[in-house]
Amino acid sequence: MSEQTGEPRVIYCRCAYAQVVPPEVKDGVLEHLSAGGRAFEAVADLCEMSAQRDGRLVEIAGGGPVKIAACHRRAVLWLFHAAGAPLAAEGVEVVNMRTLSAAAASARLDAAEIDSAAD
Amino acid sequence: MAIAPHVQVLIYEGSGAAELAPARRFAVMASLLDRGYAVRVAGRGGRGVGEGALLVLGEFGGNAPLLEDAAGERAIATLDISGVEDGKVADVVDRQRGERVMNQPGMWKPWFPVIDYSRCTNCMQCLSFCLFDVYGVSGEGKIQVQNNDNCKTNCPACSRVCPEVAIMFPKYSGGPINGEPVSESGVQRQAMKVDISALLGGDIYSRLRQRSDEAKDRFSRERDASKALAERKKCLTKLAADGFIPADVLASLPSPEEIQRKAGEAAARAKAALEMQGGAEA
Ligand code: SF4
Ligand code: SF4
Repeated sequence: MSEQTGEPRVIYCRCAYAQVVPPEVKDGVLEHLSAGGRAFEAVADLCEMSAQRDGRLVEIAGGGPVKIAACHRRAVLWLFHAAGAPLAAEGVEVVNMRTLSAAAASARLDAAEIDSAAD
Repeated sequence: MAIAPHVQVLIYEGSGAAELAPARRFAVMASLLDRGYAVRVAGRGGRGVGEGALLVLGEFGGNAPLLEDAAGERAIATLDISGVEDGKVADVVDRQRGERVMNQPGMWKPWFPVIDYSRCTNCMQCLSFCLFDVYGVSGEGKIQVQNNDNCKTNCPACSRVCPEVAIMFPKYSGGPINGEPVSESGVQRQAMKVDISALLGGDIYSRLRQRSDEAKDRFSRERDASKALAERKKCLTKLAADGFIPADVLASLPSPEEIQRKAGEAAARAKAALEMQGGAEA
């Protein structure tokens, strides 16, 4: 579990309110995460949460190392910032489901190390 | 209108409930997410508890427990999905949600500009351009997106007027507006405007001051309201011809008088902010 092993948390964004992430990629990644035994949190749409300034974003940003499966890093970082929940410069990997295959994105989520520059 | 979601779903597979088959777990999660719910699987750890009402969903075999938040802060309901088809679980959850309102995917799109402050130079061109008061200025004179809900869905026009490629619309199809890394060609028009003599003189920061002066100059020109109107029309018509602005946005533009009034107001706010900036820099 995340608390015990110090593994980065995993947040999965479904991009449900306007589907800019290829369906086969987001389905493949969710299938992978839901079948594994690892803790993860699935949210419907980070853009929607940012628009609402959802308090959960502050918890995510302040909770230590995290991998966020969503879209482009620049968009995700500044969406959090816009919601008053800036993400740390280090310890945050954004796994881009807009550009990666489901297998590649899943592998990044499974990897122990955090690539804070990945896009 | 934008409404905060108030229901979080927890799929429970611990004692007293059966473990869902992987394919069912996936299908249930995907359908709930597609309806706008946040979902977690219980018993796997994870940090942070979230907010809003909590709906605990599991195959309880007809014996769903009654739960209550020990802290007395959140409403908790349990839902037995034993025998409920994968495709019907989201309907059952919707019914359980009852009167709690939330945004419906498909009915509303989170569409608003997101500023990349690592690129933004606070030139205020976006504030001056937008006719729907989406932008504003903070107490410190910094550009801000202040009225998300005013933004016209699918209209990314202000991203085109930003000289620094700092305005993103994450739901947009193409880059760099969607947040893709900005390539050199994306800022080429800026590179062409560099003051070579200043560059040769080793003062690359002159470009920033020059931009600020240009912006101030532009705003003073815009005191001529009819000129401002003509400039905006030209810009909007060009963006519409490029297929960049949706027709319904053009159709909903304010009257020419209203545009003139808004342009005047925006110019005044932008000018005041730039002056504040200039004062702070001096
Ligand atoms: S953050 Fe990216 S993937 Fe998530 S909802 Fe917004 S556009 Fe979609
Ligand atoms: S136009 Fe671009 S650079 Fe200028 S204030 Fe707006 S976001 Fe910043």
